[in-house]
Amino acid sequence: MKKHEAREPLFHIVKRAQIPLYQGILIRVAAIVLALLTCAAVFFFLTQKSPVDFYRSMFNGAFGTERRIWNMAHQMAILLCISLAVTPAFKMRFWNIGAEGQVLVGGLACAAIMFYFRQSVPLPLLWVMMTLASILASMVWAIIPAIFKANWNTNETLFTLMMNYIATQLVAYFINVWVKSGSGVLNPMPDAGLPKLGNAWTLNISVVAVLTVILYIYLRFSKHGYEIAVVGESENTARYIGVNVKKVILRTMMLSGAICGVAGLLIVGGTSYTINANSAGGQGFTAIMVSWLAKFNPLLMILTSFLIAFLQRGTNQVSNDFKMDNSISNIVTAIILFFIIGCEFFINYKLVFRKPSKEDAT
Amino acid sequence: MNFLSFFIQAVRTGMSFLLGSTGETLTEKSGHLNLGIPGIMCVGAASGCLAEAMYLTSVGGEAQANKLLIVLIPILVSFLAAMLLGVLYCFLTVTLRANQNVTGLALTTLGVGIANYLSKQFSNGLLPFASATKYFTAKLPFYETMKASPHAFVQVLGDIFFSYGVLVYLAIIIALIVSFVLTRTRTGLNLRAVGENPATADAAGINVTRYRYLATMAGSGIAGLGGLCYIMDNLNGNWEYTVDAVGWLAIALVIFTIWRPNIAILGSIVFGGLYIVGNYIIGISFQNKELIKMLPYVITIIVLIFTSFTKKKEIQPPQSLGLSYFREER
Amino acid sequence: MQKQTAIELKGVTKTFGTTVANKNVSLTVNKGEILSVLGENGSGKTTLMNMIAGIYFPDEGQIFINGEEAVIRSPKDAFAYKIGMIHQHFKLVDVLSAAENIILGLRGEGRYNLNKAAQKIKQISEQYGFEINPKKKIYAMSVSEKQTVEIIKVLYRGADILILDEPTAVLTPQETQKLFDVLRRMRDDGKAIVIITHKLHEVLSLSDKVAVLRKGEYIGTIETREANEAILTEMMVGKKITLNIDRLDPVSPEDRLIVSDLECVNRDGVKVLDHIDFTARSGEILGIAGIAGSGQRELLEAIAGLQHIDAGQIIYHDPKTGKEENLRDKTPLQIRDLGVRLSFVPEDRLGMGLVGNMDIVDNMMLRSYRKGKGVFLQRKPPKTLAEKIIDELEVVTPGPSTPVRRLSGGNVQKVLVGREIAASPTVLMAAYPVRGLDINSSYLIYHLLNQQKQKGVAVIFVGEDLDVLLALCDRILVIGSGHVTGLVDARHTTKEEIGLLMTKTEVKHHEEA
Repeated sequence: MKKHEAREPLFHIVKRAQIPLYQGILIRVAAIVLALLTCAAVFFFLTQKSPVDFYRSMFNGAFGTERRIWNMAHQMAILLCISLAVTPAFKMRFWNIGAEGQVLVGGLACAAIMFYFRQSVPLPLLWVMMTLASILASMVWAIIPAIFKANWNTNETLFTLMMNYIATQLVAYFINVWVKSGSGVLNPMPDAGLPKLGNAWTLNISVVAVLTVILYIYLRFSKHGYEIAVVGESENTARYIGVNVKKVILRTMMLSGAICGVAGLLIVGGTSYTINANSAGGQGFTAIMVSWLAKFNPLLMILTSFLIAFLQRGTNQVSNDFKMDNSISNIVTAIILFFIIGCEFFINYKLVFRKPSKEDAT
Repeated sequence: MNFLSFFIQAVRTGMSFLLGSTGETLTEKSGHLNLGIPGIMCVGAASGCLAEAMYLTSVGGEAQANKLLIVLIPILVSFLAAMLLGVLYCFLTVTLRANQNVTGLALTTLGVGIANYLSKQFSNGLLPFASATKYFTAKLPFYETMKASPHAFVQVLGDIFFSYGVLVYLAIIIALIVSFVLTRTRTGLNLRAVGENPATADAAGINVTRYRYLATMAGSGIAGLGGLCYIMDNLNGNWEYTVDAVGWLAIALVIFTIWRPNIAILGSIVFGGLYIVGNYIIGISFQNKELIKMLPYVITIIVLIFTSFTKKKEIQPPQSLGLSYFREER
Repeated sequence: MQKQTAIELKGVTKTFGTTVANKNVSLTVNKGEILSVLGENGSGKTTLMNMIAGIYFPDEGQIFINGEEAVIRSPKDAFAYKIGMIHQHFKLVDVLSAAENIILGLRGEGRYNLNKAAQKIKQISEQYGFEINPKKKIYAMSVSEKQTVEIIKVLYRGADILILDEPTAVLTPQETQKLFDVLRRMRDDGKAIVIITHKLHEVLSLSDKVAVLRKGEYIGTIETREANEAILTEMMVGKKITLNIDRLDPVSPEDRLIVSDLECVNRDGVKVLDHIDFTARSGEILGIAGIAGSGQRELLEAIAGLQHIDAGQIIYHDPKTGKEENLRDKTPLQIRDLGVRLSFVPEDRLGMGLVGNMDIVDNMMLRSYRKGKGVFLQRKPPKTLAEKIIDELEVVTPGPSTPVRRLSGGNVQKVLVGREIAASPTVLMAAYPVRGLDINSSYLIYHLLNQQKQKGVAVIFVGEDLDVLLALCDRILVIGSGHVTGLVDARHTTKEEIGLLMTKTEVKHHEEA
């Protein structure tokens, strides 16, 4: 046999102890810029149109008119709301990917109240009922997997994932119960909608703004928030200091569910006044990415949800302008996400190149 | 309700789930919870269809096409395209060490987008390929002989076992092969070790990175075929935007069959049956049809709960499912 | 006889972040020889061996195997050089059988033949004297069985160089003796064997040569026949240890904690604690000695309310009110609410006592965050406490807002002990509080424990180093396999007596089984 060649690895990967703030920001900005360039290239490949058109169209879609800005802000608010919902659970290392279903169930409860009581109950009371019903329904939906996780350590990722589709079918079921024609479309019930502050979007946006601040304070400064962090970091430590881990899991998932309920309420009671199986529109999944990208910090989530909402509105415009349907929106969003997900690597690790050895094996 | 035709349709529907779940099982056995499977199945479906359309256009129509290539080209393209997404997933989660859930979900977004874009290419303008799907659903040669048999028993036997298209048999064969590889071969043993305890596998000299890449790529390719099977076989070549729903059911099926592709062959027929049974019950209301569609998810949850109750080691998810592995970390 | 070198290290250096784990280490192992790598906990023994086994890659330096320079980038490369390492934490897949684990990762025909493997396993077992059932699943195995699987695993691969990382830490004396017999047989077979340990008597009884590491640095290698405990200790710690720990006589000791007939059964149905009886008195340090894993952790956790208790009582005498409280079946919170001031320094510092990713202030809060009315945390008192501890215990840190995971082992422990003492406990339990610490930090910890003793605290100290136990404690409780095997006066006992007690029930236990 030949003598073992001195194949030294070209580089190896070392975990960074700490990275200066500006460097972290720089890496992320670079990733987004690279991602936007890639998107433009993809766009050029698909349409043979100038990338400048692409950027202009995107910007236009997000900021072109006052209405568009409001629309984007609203979309951002809903996304942020769901992201807030999943955050406490994630901080606890409870992989709740069931926000989609929790939002839907909340919206369904809201729609049910609207459907059954809008003619018999005075508006303010109806609003209260809608709110309570949404929150309660989502809480129940969220606490079911939590009970099994807390008591029998049932895999919560898979459990919550399955709950999403049960929720979808539940919505489809009730729509067919309510709409006898079988059309599957529940006519909007704007007469039962939540009150408007200013224009059509301000109520939703203000509610989410308030929620963001509250959740930030809750996680950062409250005893509950501290317990969530300890349970997330180490269940052993939590037990050691006498935290009732089960209780924290249940309580936190109830909170998570409650905020999902608010999102459902805002979507159904505050925006569309109706519901369908697609009312959550995949935002429950997008929210997971928003929360994760922001490192579970509610204030940073304002930024990340803005980024996603901007992408979604912008690419919607692109698909309108260039007759491409919504596929471009998905593709662009995914490309940008991949770049941001990928750049985390360069924030957490650095490549150390080996000093060239005396006898290079090349 | 005609039970025989229901059963046959259940098998056809189930096999697209089976391909998806076999692919995902293979992936999960390496420790990857790939939530990108729905997107991957979409891409598998769309790329296969597009390849078919392009092939038929290039030779000038179905009549001029090579009967074998009509089937082979979509299968190959579908497998490879889906595999590419698997590579992307691995690059992010293994090489760049990203979070698996987040990467998977983003991959589903990407896959749905790409599939919709591709589907535009063959649904506008290019030759329709729906007629070509008859090659996918062509029954086995001796099926006709069996149907011609004077014995009703033989006829029914022919219907139950030999009345399906090529992808159905491919699904079963792949499931059996994967099952065999996982339980009887060194490769499978090593792969299971990687998914259970990557540090141990690494210490035993197994290249964890390579196993994770290869298993995920092969799994993605197989799942991609599931998407193709759904369009070409179940829907007879009619494009539909709901392939991702099949993907989520495939993930459910993995749990339902406790990570065993051979059990999944039966499980997939159960799922397929539940998926379509609403169409076979006469006089069923719209709402109850929706409730029936809920059943696969409900029973999956019940199985999931059951496995966590029993604590029996052999039926648990791979121990390091969803976790990344880096050797030098400490 | 001219011996051939098996492994030679030249100037090997490895750093993790800012910690230097190995600095410029050079050593040699010959074929047909047993080398002990000796060093205190945290001296870099395991890291060094991991580089030979391909787990880590050295930053600098060269490794020669059989006289040729080798690049070992992965365990696979290590196998190619016929190097096999038996790690301290077994690297086995629970759901697989022994045979499956043994053939894991091997090349061979695609379809594996377990019967053929079982045949070869049997042959190896007979050659060296192992007992093993190849079909048994790992999760159903005892620790010693698992270790056997690990050793057969490397032999099955034809390893000529075996590295064992603290193989005896989890074994009974009988099992240890058996293992040593096996290792000697392997040496006579021409294999090169490296055994990592910090137990001097094992070094002396087993090895041919001893290499000593201290704080990541290579101190030297000597022939075992020229060595004795004093010389080795000196090499290990740098200076001759005369354990200068002050020990004052307890002042009016009173019964503080009375444990009687305590019994705990673990998840697998094994009795980890069996009829434990003892009393911890105020103003006294009660040492607990025993082989690692004899039930020490379970005992402390049972007292702290973290372990399910199947039988027995834990009675606490409140020094203020004179009342008696039974702590059995109480949660840590309920124990605290009874007014019992119980502090606990657990063995797993960053996995239990502290949260690595949190800063020092937030770690101070772990014990006290419930204080104060309202739903919000009060960060001021913990911050003051953090600053006080950093100041008084000379914790080396950039500041109180540094995550504790970035501190060195000794400083982590200072933070933890400092916090537990700050709660002004009446009972203080410390499990292996000086493990992995340098001499200075260790002495600081002894000093702190003594201080608590003088304040009238009942201190329970679980230790592994008998010299320390003898010098620090007032009484020593010895446990073996979950039984109390003796209670001795530390002032009038010998190491030998304790050593004997440590292994006493082991024998009985073994005969029963």
